[in-house]
Amino acid sequence: MFTFEKKKKDTMVLNMGPSHNATHGTLRIVLELDGEKIVNSNLEIGYLHRGIEKMAEQRTYNGFIPLTDRMNYVSPIMNNISYALAVEKLLGIEVPKRGQYLRVIMNELTRIADHLVAVGTNVVDIGALTNYFYFFKERERIYDLIEKFVGARLTTSFTRVGGIARDVPDGFESDVKSLLKEIPKSIQDVDKLLTKNRIFMDRTIDVGSMTQEKALEYGFTGPVLRATGLAWDLRKTQPYSSYEDFQFDVPIGENGDTYDRYLVRMEEMRQSLRIIQQAIDNLPGGPVSVDDPHITLPPKEDVYNTMEGLIHHFMLIMYGIKAKPGYVYFGTEVANGELGFYIVSDGQQYPYRLKVRPPCFAIFQAFPEMIQGHLISDAVAILGSLNIVAGELDR
Amino acid sequence: MVDYITVAIYTLMSVLVFVLILMTVAFLTLAERRVSAFMQDRLGPNRVGPWGLFQPVADGLKFIMKEDVTPLEANKVLYTVAPLLAIIPAMLTFAVVPFGHDLFLHGRVINLQIANFNVGILYIFAIASMGIFGIIIGGWASNNKYSLLGGLRSASQFISYEISMGLAVIGILMVYGSLKLNDIALYQGSLWFNAVPKWGVLVQPLGFIVFLVSVFAETNRVPFDLPEAESELVGGYHTEYSSMKFAFFFMGEYANMITASALIATLYFGGWQVPYLHNIGFIIPKLGIVHLQQWLVAIIEVLSFVVKVGFFLFFFLWVRWTLPRFRFDQLTALGWKVLIPLGILNIVITGALIMLRII
Repeated sequence: MFTFEKKKKDTMVLNMGPSHNATHGTLRIVLELDGEKIVNSNLEIGYLHRGIEKMAEQRTYNGFIPLTDRMNYVSPIMNNISYALAVEKLLGIEVPKRGQYLRVIMNELTRIADHLVAVGTNVVDIGALTNYFYFFKERERIYDLIEKFVGARLTTSFTRVGGIARDVPDGFESDVKSLLKEIPKSIQDVDKLLTKNRIFMDRTIDVGSMTQEKALEYGFTGPVLRATGLAWDLRKTQPYSSYEDFQFDVPIGENGDTYDRYLVRMEEMRQSLRIIQQAIDNLPGGPVSVDDPHITLPPKEDVYNTMEGLIHHFMLIMYGIKAKPGYVYFGTEVANGELGFYIVSDGQQYPYRLKVRPPCFAIFQAFPEMIQGHLISDAVAILGSLNIVAGELDR
Repeated sequence: MVDYITVAIYTLMSVLVFVLILMTVAFLTLAERRVSAFMQDRLGPNRVGPWGLFQPVADGLKFIMKEDVTPLEANKVLYTVAPLLAIIPAMLTFAVVPFGHDLFLHGRVINLQIANFNVGILYIFAIASMGIFGIIIGGWASNNKYSLLGGLRSASQFISYEISMGLAVIGILMVYGSLKLNDIALYQGSLWFNAVPKWGVLVQPLGFIVFLVSVFAETNRVPFDLPEAESELVGGYHTEYSSMKFAFFFMGEYANMITASALIATLYFGGWQVPYLHNIGFIIPKLGIVHLQQWLVAIIEVLSFVVKVGFFLFFFLWVRWTLPRFRFDQLTALGWKVLIPLGILNIVITGALIMLRII
């Protein structure tokens, strides 16, 4: 039940959202204002709640993948990968190297796309609109590549349990390489326009600062935590999907303010480009999915041409993958922080319970504290820098 | 005795200028979209007519057809008056801006200026400050918290920057010794050290910067567009406005930009002056004279004024699509702590230079 009580006399209560230009989704923020200064605030979430976790209990393990697209709709592929890795841990299988590398490439491309949106919309809220278009041009290229590979732009459903849906099309490597040449230019452009811009620095430095201790207490992860100075990146600390094979740095900030978050995201994009470069240079051959008939669907030629293949296909689609009873938690480093899936299996083809640990939820709860004493303009700048995605927050 | 022909000429001229400003406003909205598109690797509106030239017509039609909503609890009278208050002063200010040298036709002197007031600059300040009432009243009358915040921001912004703008102009007054804009433009044609035209920007570089920043704040353009700050205050003072009422606010903003550009050009870039161009033609010291007809000189001068105004209009757009927006407290801090001291410093320096007979 949402309640809001005024703390001071002679103040104005301003309702921001659930539909407001700066909320980029459906978040409701109620502000108590003294002039333009925020003296008190409260949040209401749940406007985009669709019961994804409950829906998982009636779906096969592969059948849940399309729903993960709809969590963080800015970087759907990362959700697909994160979920697939969790189920694979439950089943105790490991994807072949080629599948892992392709996942890494797509993961990092999506991370770049996500950061492009996060930084782009953040600076739009601060008032610099042109940078947004410089970034969205590159995001468009990335989405074109994703569309070529996966067939969809947003609702990718890229992974399958035990691998990926299909191998890459011809020309994928050259497409990725040309992207690697283009993206740094746009990052450079925005860097020149903003990083040393006096107005931008005034608007973001010491705005929404967070100490490292506080950030850890709140359960921050991802760029928002790294901006406070802690080099905590699951790709480094608990490598998965062959991340240990790649050389990359984990950029950190100092003050945990909006400016540091911007810098961390900008640098992370460059590091992601490094990872993609290494992965595409050393892309191994071989299958992309595990060779286990209980998990992986048969090739389409068999399904259409042989009775056994058709039965095999139908069995997997109708009855799904059966996991042994048990429970598993697996967290991956997505663009916003740690996205974890907690899955309890009772031995059936459906999970008994599935719980998502979204990075936004932990970050957003600190928002009232971050904006306390700031102005409305700061609240907007801070909200943008946290990159709260309502789909992931409310599920 | 009333000279009816002169009255007719000035009436015609004011109607012409009025129509031209409205046309410029219309095409400026198109230019804004095309320029921003150019800067952002897009195309912009290019479907209506050749190169999208009829887009403003389509926009205007759309505005007229839209439903005109008045919020239930709004103060209806003020809510209706506010858009008019926003656009009328913007138009009125242009009356004293000269756009060419006096013409001598059949023994009659025609000022290429609608009203050659002896208090030109004071008139501008008086009228321009009225434009802010439209925004404040509009913000207040809408009965919307976002509008109210926009109106309040606008009020304090205007108070802060009106002063620095005035201080910057005092420097100009000291140098040229006249309140008439035509005189100011005329004096800028005289030569400094017999070589460089005495343009305001050369004589008053510091004053120019103060004036430029203040003018940006006065017109509510990025980086000072806080009263409407789309991402923060939804639409600011015009959140509740729709249809032609909104269009009036919109046109007021662009008309203000045109007046501001004309003022920058007149006060600091010689107005209609072209360097070394006089009534009889180009006079270049030590090099010689190029004789020109009077009508040709007049056309060159008006063109020069148009080009200068056009450049500053482009400059307004250019800045808008490049810079982020200030925060409320930073904006007032810049006005009071930086621009006003700079304006005073400028007056002191100007006084000293005049004493030393350098300018």
